[in-house]
Order: sequence, then C-alpha cells, then structure tokens
Amino acid sequence: MITRKRLATGACALLVALTAALLPTSASADEPAAKESPKVELVLDVSGSMRARDIDGKSRMSAAKQAFNEVLDAVPEEVRLGIRTLGADYPGDDRERGCKDTRRLYPVGPLDRTEAKAAVATLAPTGWTPIGPALLGAADDLGEDGATKRIVLITDGEDTCAPLDPCQVAREIAAKGIHLVIDTLGLVPDAKTRQQLTCIAEATGGTYTSVHRTDELSRRVRQLVDRAADPVVTPVATEGGARCAGAPQLKPGLYTDRETFGEHRWYRVDLLPGQELRASVSISADRAVNDDYGVLLRAVTVHGREIVRGSEAGDGRTDVLSTGLRYPKPARDGADADKPAAETVCLQVSNSFSAPPSVKTTPGMPIELTVDVVDGPASASDVASFGLGRGWWLLGALALAGFLAGLIWGWLSRWRFAVWRTH
Amino acid sequence: MRTARMLAAAGLAAAALLGPAAPGALADTPAPSASAASGEKAAGPTEAGTTFRTAAAFRPGQEATAQAATGDYLYWVFPADTGERPTVKATVTLPESALRHGPSTWRVDVYDGLRRRQPCMYGSQSRSAAKETASLELACVLRPVRASADAWADDPLPGSYYVRLTVTGLPEEDLGQSFSARIGVDVSDRGGRYATDGALAAPLVPGATTAEIAEAEEQADRRTPVEAAAPEDGWSSGWWSDRWLWTAAGGVLAALAGIGGYALTRGSGRPSRVPPAV
Repeated sequence: MITRKRLATGACALLVALTAALLPTSASADEPAAKESPKVELVLDVSGSMRARDIDGKSRMSAAKQAFNEVLDAVPEEVRLGIRTLGADYPGDDRERGCKDTRRLYPVGPLDRTEAKAAVATLAPTGWTPIGPALLGAADDLGEDGATKRIVLITDGEDTCAPLDPCQVAREIAAKGIHLVIDTLGLVPDAKTRQQLTCIAEATGGTYTSVHRTDELSRRVRQLVDRAADPVVTPVATEGGARCAGAPQLKPGLYTDRETFGEHRWYRVDLLPGQELRASVSISADRAVNDDYGVLLRAVTVHGREIVRGSEAGDGRTDVLSTGLRYPKPARDGADADKPAAETVCLQVSNSFSAPPSVKTTPGMPIELTVDVVDGPASASDVASFGLGRGWWLLGALALAGFLAGLIWGWLSRWRFAVWRTH
Repeated sequence: MRTARMLAAAGLAAAALLGPAAPGALADTPAPSASAASGEKAAGPTEAGTTFRTAAAFRPGQEATAQAATGDYLYWVFPADTGERPTVKATVTLPESALRHGPSTWRVDVYDGLRRRQPCMYGSQSRSAAKETASLELACVLRPVRASADAWADDPLPGSYYVRLTVTGLPEEDLGQSFSARIGVDVSDRGGRYATDGALAAPLVPGATTAEIAEAEEQADRRTPVEAAAPEDGWSSGWWSDRWLWTAAGGVLAALAGIGGYALTRGSGRPSRVPPAV
C-alpha cells in the first residue's frame, strides 16, 4: 500500500510540485461496531448505612436513586443494562441470611426506562453489605458470551461478610476470561472501604471513584456506562505453553492469557520470508505487587537461538507494563527447496513481578498479547535517505571536488593543446 | 518497491537540477502533516480510554480532554509520521485542594505502536504538586521519528503513539477524586537531519496487516486499522527530505566551481604564447 502511495506522491510532486494535501483520508476514526452489544450491570448497595444523610444534605440512598434516574435516561441504545441490589431485603441480625441477601432487581437486557425506574424507586435501605456474593451474582447475570461486560458497584461500606474476600472474588471472575471489568464507586468512603474497592477495581482493570456529591455520582456512572458502549476489539483467550514445543500457534490478532510471578509462557507464530513479525505484550499488575518489576518478550528460533527481545522495567504505581518487538525475516534469495516455507518463531513472555507473601499468586496476572504480521520493510542501502547528503560540509566538499576537477581538466586540455602545438 | 522509489527520486533530482523554479516550488511540498499551528486548538475527544485497546484517538493540533478520578490511567493515541518530532503536553486540573490530604505526583508516559516506552528528550514528564496547587503541566518531547530502524533498535518509527497520564504518588485517602486533564500534541518538522533510508511496509499501527489482506479489506470497503490511525493527510510516502535540495545544490555548486577552475587554467581563454590570430 505504501508503495502505491509512494508512487502517487512521487508523480504528484513531479507534475504539480505544490499540493500539500496528498491522499486525503476521511476524518472520522470510528471503528466497526462490536458484534454483540455490550452489557452493564449496576450493583447498588441498599444496606442500612445508606440512610446516612451526608451527600448534599440528603441520604446516600436518595442520592443514589437520583443518580440512577439520570443514568437510566442517558443509557445508550445499544447497551443492555441490568440492576442488582445487595442488602435490600433482610433487615435481621442473622449474619448467614444477611450475607445471602442479593437480588436481581432488573434483568440484563434491552432497557425499559419506566420499568427500571419504578423498580429503583421501591428500594429502601435495609440490610447487610454482601459485596462478594453480589459480584458473583452479577457475573452470573451477565452470562459468558463474547460481549464486553462491565459491573458498576456502588457502595458505602466495606463487605461485612468475611471470609469471602470480594477482592479475590473479583480476580477470580476476571480470570474466567469473560472480558469483565468492575468499576467501583464509594459513597463517602472510609479507609477500609476505599482499600477494598480499589482492590476490586485493580483486580479487573476497572476504576475506583470516591463520591461526595450527587452530581459526581450521576456523572461518573453515566461516563462508565458510556465507556461500556465504546466498541473495542475483544481479545481471544489462549494458554501459552511451558516451552516452545507444544505452545499454541497464534495467528495475527489480539490474545489474553494469565501468567503468575516468575512463570514463562511460550507461543508460536509462523512467519514467511519477506514478512515482518510485530508482537507486543502487556502484563497487568492486578494486585499489590512489590515496587520494582519488569517484563521480557523474546523471539526465539525453534532451536533456541534468540532473535530479538523487547524488555521493560519500572517502579512504583502502574496498571500495566508493556514491551514489544519487531522481527523482519529477510526475503529468500535463491530457491532452496528443502527449507520449509514458513519459519516458526517462538515468543517467550516472562516477568519479574513479585509480591509480598500475603498476596495470592493464583490466578496469574493478565497478559495481553498482540501479534501482527506485515510485509517486510524496504531494505536500506545506506544510513541516509537514498544515500543523499546534507549540510555545509557536503557543499564544501562537492564544490572543492568540482573546482579541482575543473582545474585538472583545464590543465590537461592546456597540456594537450601545447603538445599539439609543438608537433 | 525500491526501484519505483529510485525512479521517482531520479526524476525528482532531474527536475530539481534542470528547472530553476523547481527547487523553490519543491520546498513547499514537504511536511504536509507537520507543524500544526500551536495557537488555538481544534477540539478533540472529550473522553479518554483506560487501556491501550480503548485509547482515545486524536490528531496533532487537536486538544483532547477528559474527566476522571485520581488513580485512573488515561490513554490517548495519536499518529506521528516520518521526520516529525512530537511534543506531548498535558495539563492536569487537580481536585479541589480542600479535599486533598497531601502532595501528589503526576506522570505522562509515551509508548509507540508496539507498546514500547519512548524516552523523552526534554520536558518534565513527571511532576509533584503541593497540596494547594490547582493545576499542573507536564510535557514530553519525543525523539524525531525516523523512516526506518533496525529490528534491534527502539528508535521511534512512523505509527501510532500512546500517551498515558496517571498519578504515581499520592496519599491513599485522595484516591478516586475527580480531576480533569487536557492533552495536546505539537509536531515540529525536523527536516532531513534524521532522514534515514529504508521504509516500513506498514506504519507501526496495531492491527496492521500484509498488503494482500489490506487490499482485500479495501475492496470490501472496510477501513484498515492503518488508514483509521493515519494523520490528517495520510501516511507520508517517506521519499522526501531536504537532503534532495542539499545534494542538488551541492551538484550545482560543484559544476560552477568546476567551470571556475577550468576558467582559471585558461586565463583569458588561450595560452599566452599563442598569437591572437592563428
């Protein structure tokens, strides 16, 4: 394609030599719509503590209701929305019953705004805060199809139903590979709530917001629902091998996998001579990790020779750590028939993340792997563009050379003239 | 591919040498997408992505804005082409200082289309804001983008560039507060100083494919990822650099100097011993 453009540009420049606008492309950058419409489940805490009147002088519950009404009005058409409550029904003291108190208020599907609003209006602050079970329930509601899924969790208190750690629940849901993100919103959160909610968000690549005002709440929930509507490419789940032999064969595309601390994962990609392999890998730090970390992506031949590597290291707070590599396989000169046509390139992904002993290592951290195969680059015969020169030294050198050539030529012809005269 | 390029180049060189008007006119052609006016900025996207995959696309000269919660990782993506040196500028409007508990450190990182982190030549990529500070400016000047690099180098190549903006250090109780960010990219044209030979078959854009597949996509009237991620005027062909002018000028100078040198040896045009009329 570039060849064509290059020719076109060359011709244009020669003929016209003044137009700047070459090969205009259309302005919009919109992508084709996703195949399955995205799903969002709003999970609302209706526990007793939602009675507290500390958001714009109103109770947390009424702030949440108002925000829900605004959000329900603004939900994009293509989004399938559901609502689930936690702590809405059981007012008693029995912990076991209180911790099962989560209910699907409105099923995930095309939205009937009046119906959904009516359902929200009936809610009254009641019971416990079983976040873990509510997340499991929400994940069930969303199903396991290929659509992108988002859970928006709105709560004002930490989970009161230990030992089921909601953070671990979130990580396990995410590890199912169903493209699920959990965003959390804390209403006037205390330190423990914040810690738990940030942990849940981090575990699934979601965001955490602390809310102190009604308009903040509705704006943020609306933003999150809109985000769910953005079409994105959904990666394909794969499982890398422990060594190159037997590793999964990848075609160009986007893949996800999981890798624990210090583990190596291998993949194979076929590459024809004259093609270029481009691979990049991102490892998400989805849990509390130690401060210094790294990632290494290596392209290795089947015989174990390293071709090229990409590596990256970092420290401090991060969401992902990424690196990439490029491997242009030279075009074949002669036709040596005994060689196989395509070379198998092994890609090895390793990481040097570590975590304090209190952090669970399984399931592993999410990996995102992109593999592209393009045509090989035009080979360069010189460092400089077309071997051209530039700068005053070049001008000086050329002028001097020209001058000397002129002198010599002049002397030569004088000498020849003199010789001709003497004969 | 190479031959076509050479032919175009040869034709161009001829045009530059022969037509006295040509060099002047040619000087207008380079950098179709470079150096956007830095004054007023066109509006860009008003939301940012949260991962590489969902990064919000904008073009140099546009201003992208976003509202988010502290602790979020915001991603944008912009195209940069051969010969350009992009400068990423970010302005963060921090949450109300009454809600904050201490200083925070913000950081902008730039990654290329292969998600390799790109170093900043100049600019404060990371800055700390005191508790009272209302806003913060970050900048990152990338290295000039080259037409090609060997596979073992991580020189910037034409393609997509990702910008990630996040807070890297803050008191934990300040997480999740709302802030807004503005981000823009200015591009300066670095001329032929970094014009290298060779060219990528496709710019470093995620989802780039071989020419065959791209052609099939085009025939099916689908926009290829490479086209979707192109700068306003499309990806440059990469044959132009001001090295053509320098070299051509050098050639002309050498010819003139040659004539001069020749004239020197001749004096008035004939050897002095030769009588005026032979």
